[in-house]
Amino acid sequence: MTEPADTVLVVEDEAPMRRFVRSALATHGFRVVEAGTLAEAEGLATESPPELVLLDLGLPDGDGLDLLTRLREWSQAPVIVLSARGREEDKVKALDAGADDYLTKPFGTSELLARIRVALRHARAQKAPDDPIIAIGPIRIDQARHEVGVDGAQVHLTPIEFKLLVLLARHAGKVLTHRQLLHEVWGPRSTHQTHYLRVHMAALRRKVEADPARPKWLITEAGVGYRLRDS
Amino acid sequence: MSDEPERPDPDALLRAQAPARARLKIFFGASPGVGKTYAMLESARRQKAEGSDVVVGVVETHGRAETQALVAGLDVLPRRRVAYRGIDLDELDVDAAIARKPELILVDELAHSNAPGVRHPKRWQDVMDLLDAGIDVYTTLNVQHVESLVDAVDQITGVRVRETVPDAVLERADEIELIDLPPDELLERLAEGKVYVPDQARRAIENYFRRGNLMALRELALRRTAERVDADVQAYRREQRIRALWPTRERLLVCIGPSPASEKLVRAARRLAEGMHAPWYAVHVDVTGAPPLSADDRDRVEAHIALAESLGGEALRITGATVAAAVLAFARERNVTRIVAGKPTHSRWRDRIRGSLLDALIRGSGDIEIHVIAPSEEPAPRAAAEPPPTQWGGYIRGTAAVTVATTIGALAGGRLDLPDDVMLYLFAIMLAALGGRGPGLAAAALSVAAYDFFFIPPRYTLVVSDIRHLMTFAVMFTVGTALGSLVARLRHAEAASLQRERRTAALLAFTADSAAARDVADVAAAVVAHVEDALAAPTVVLAPVADGTLSALAGLQPLAENEMAVARWAHEHGRPAGRGTDTLPAARLLAVPLGADAGVACVQIERARRRIDLEGRRLIEAIARQAGVAIARLRLAGEAREAALRVQAEELRSSLLSTVSHDLRTPLAIITGTASELRDRTVGADRESLDTIVDETRRLTKILENLLAITRVESGADVKREWVPVEEIVGAALARTESVLAGRDVAIHVDAELGVEVDPVLTEQLLLNLLENAAKHTPAATPIEIRALRDGVGVAIEVSDRGPGLPPGPPEQVFAKFFRGPDTRTAGAGLGLAVCRGIAVAHGGRIEALRRDGGGATFRVWLPGGDAPRGEAPPEAA
Repeated sequence: MTEPADTVLVVEDEAPMRRFVRSALATHGFRVVEAGTLAEAEGLATESPPELVLLDLGLPDGDGLDLLTRLREWSQAPVIVLSARGREEDKVKALDAGADDYLTKPFGTSELLARIRVALRHARAQKAPDDPIIAIGPIRIDQARHEVGVDGAQVHLTPIEFKLLVLLARHAGKVLTHRQLLHEVWGPRSTHQTHYLRVHMAALRRKVEADPARPKWLITEAGVGYRLRDS
Repeated sequence: MSDEPERPDPDALLRAQAPARARLKIFFGASPGVGKTYAMLESARRQKAEGSDVVVGVVETHGRAETQALVAGLDVLPRRRVAYRGIDLDELDVDAAIARKPELILVDELAHSNAPGVRHPKRWQDVMDLLDAGIDVYTTLNVQHVESLVDAVDQITGVRVRETVPDAVLERADEIELIDLPPDELLERLAEGKVYVPDQARRAIENYFRRGNLMALRELALRRTAERVDADVQAYRREQRIRALWPTRERLLVCIGPSPASEKLVRAARRLAEGMHAPWYAVHVDVTGAPPLSADDRDRVEAHIALAESLGGEALRITGATVAAAVLAFARERNVTRIVAGKPTHSRWRDRIRGSLLDALIRGSGDIEIHVIAPSEEPAPRAAAEPPPTQWGGYIRGTAAVTVATTIGALAGGRLDLPDDVMLYLFAIMLAALGGRGPGLAAAALSVAAYDFFFIPPRYTLVVSDIRHLMTFAVMFTVGTALGSLVARLRHAEAASLQRERRTAALLAFTADSAAARDVADVAAAVVAHVEDALAAPTVVLAPVADGTLSALAGLQPLAENEMAVARWAHEHGRPAGRGTDTLPAARLLAVPLGADAGVACVQIERARRRIDLEGRRLIEAIARQAGVAIARLRLAGEAREAALRVQAEELRSSLLSTVSHDLRTPLAIITGTASELRDRTVGADRESLDTIVDETRRLTKILENLLAITRVESGADVKREWVPVEEIVGAALARTESVLAGRDVAIHVDAELGVEVDPVLTEQLLLNLLENAAKHTPAATPIEIRALRDGVGVAIEVSDRGPGLPPGPPEQVFAKFFRGPDTRTAGAGLGLAVCRGIAVAHGGRIEALRRDGGGATFRVWLPGGDAPRGEAPPEAA
């Protein structure tokens, strides 16, 4: 709680839900602004730009995605989407439209706070110069020398695997959609060939994970994408 | 086979995929004694040795030891004993054979005629029933019994064979094996007494077994078999998708009439058509205005039509002003290329007077070829017109008219000239001729006599002094005859068109009624009403009920048990049966299936108040067909209604789903969140209570998710398909079950290369449920094993445990919705495994539960998949 009074905009039509989120965030030193509709949310966002937005996708006066798109036109504040299980397409759409993460309802305080912290840290890290060395858990990536070590031992990655790992590591803790990963690694024309991505992710796991069938770091978000756990 | 396979003919593909139909094999011989039965038995023994279930239906051993030895060891079906004129006849027991249902049955002597009272008059019809019942049949046949060869055999041997087998049966045979024995060897066998010859026929038979005869018959048999082999080769070529160059399609037409010579014409036409692989028509022309045929002639025409149909031709009756014009018009309409007609047998004079049919045909034929076939020796019996019942009224009226004419002439005395008297008589003759040809002729004769007697000098004598008066007499006769004939023709034409009109009207009225019908019973009632109306025969419509038996749907006359049997046969075989058909022709009724398997119309022909001829039967069949169409339409309408209802139900379900998902999920999410937030701020005993709230709410959420998942997969929502490594799905599922599986040894045997073509979210849910199920129903700290292996075109994934195993009862019960194990303490809503099955099925896969060796249970799910899809990796981004 070194960052005093970060403002979080909660866009959610269910008042009790907003109340619980507000109470949880307030306890941990956030300033909370609430909106129950799209219109309200847009007004509040321009009035006092928040550090982070919690966005429910189903709102009475429209689709949360629209707000996200409009927000992204002028703000880089992290957006965490709140959504139910079974709505993976919605999550993917939101992430591809610029959301930073998602939370599946129901969620508890600890999950909520963990995601908010990751998102805020990333937002700050982007402003800081890029460190050539990324260390996450046992994994140590030297971007300058194209070297990767796990538990101190050097592992040999193919160029694609290296790119994938770096990409996930730069956004550690955050989910990257299949589309985003394919776009970054293979280029804009290959965004539907998810099986390439899966094959290379499997190979990467075999080199980085102690037990690839029980990954500790390279986490699968079924139907959405992958996430590198943030220590 | 060409390099590039031809695109297959869809029909041929369908044939290839059709379920295996029963096979018919014919052991074919040139004459008795060549060893057909022997060959058949040997072949059957080989089948039995290979493990087939073989039964002897009928085999005539004629007491020969070698043959009997072959029968020994085969299962012999008891014959059916039929008493006929004091003699007991043994016949093939078809019902017992069908009930016994062997794989193969032996039925000797295909051409045999059954004793009256048996289901079919001919044994080959019994064989068809056996084949329909799915039983393979071996049978024997001699060449002289083949329908289309009867004439040829007659010419060779001088014996007219009565027991014939339609060529269609030979064509139905899957295999024909020619049992060939050179004539010399056959004669040797005959001399040694190895050929069975009934005593009473010894002389005739010996005449038959002449070397020349045998050689000719052998050639005939060889040729018939060769034709068949040729046909097989053609069929093979079609099946092998080899395009053959087909000649322009030939079509044949044969004109048939009541003359017995027509029979020969039909057979000749069939042989010609067979040689050209051409379809053929047999046509009979009803000349408009011609006097109706006598009953005998009508029967002969119908017999010829039936013969043509049995030989595979299409038989039709058409109507026209003259035979030649009607035949040519029909031939043009159907693109007939050849017409077969008989050589005239009558004198040339008749052609001069009436015009020759052949002449007219040839003149009008254009590019159609005309084949003229010589008739058989026996002359055609004169087609005698049925004498219409004598109408005395016409004669009386005619006599009265002549009397009146004479009286007027006499009263007028000298005031009238002779020509005026003639006019009076002509008027009288005309009036009389309105009564028909007889009264016209009689009035003419009477007029001539009266005119001569009363008016022509010398009066009051029949002497004619002036030769000119003879001319007058001739004119009077001619007018009387011509007018009478004309009137008679008109009457016939009128009657015929009236009858046709009545039937067309009946069919039209029926169509209108059946179109308005609201259910099958309405259609049945319409069938009964219209058939009874048109044919004055009591009618019953039977329809199948739930248990498959037939029950009366409309009609008042109850049916006797044997009549019901006829109806059942017609229903099961989809063909008419009973009076006037090939099947059970001795029955008192005609049973015609309605089409669309909707039921049977039973017309009690024998109780009809009018004679029912071929036309009447056609009407019954037409009405039955229409009824089938109407019923099929009703069924379609019913299906459409049901489909609409299903759509409505589906809409209701999905709206219910979204309501439930929103209205239940939101409060649950709020409770979970609020309780967890409260818990984080609480210390002490209250914290435990809040933990309970959070855990139970999460459990409730899980049940809700399962409920939603099962509704979603069962509603047939489309499933996304992506190639996903099994390892990845297993990893994701394990990550989400980390807490419930804590402290357990989970062994994973999954090949890293192996993947499945699935919806990753649903499949993760499937595995998750299997793992949670294992955790819930097995003691803590027992091991769990996950295994994936290639299985045919897919992948089998197994989750095995070492718990108490499956509950007693059939293993698949665990996948039933809301099924709960015997241990109620751990039971949830009983949905987890049902969801698993739903997801597996939605992917085109399946799931099963197995009792594991050494205790425990294994759940195995099959999903589509295999190795990673091949293909070049896309280029890397620069």
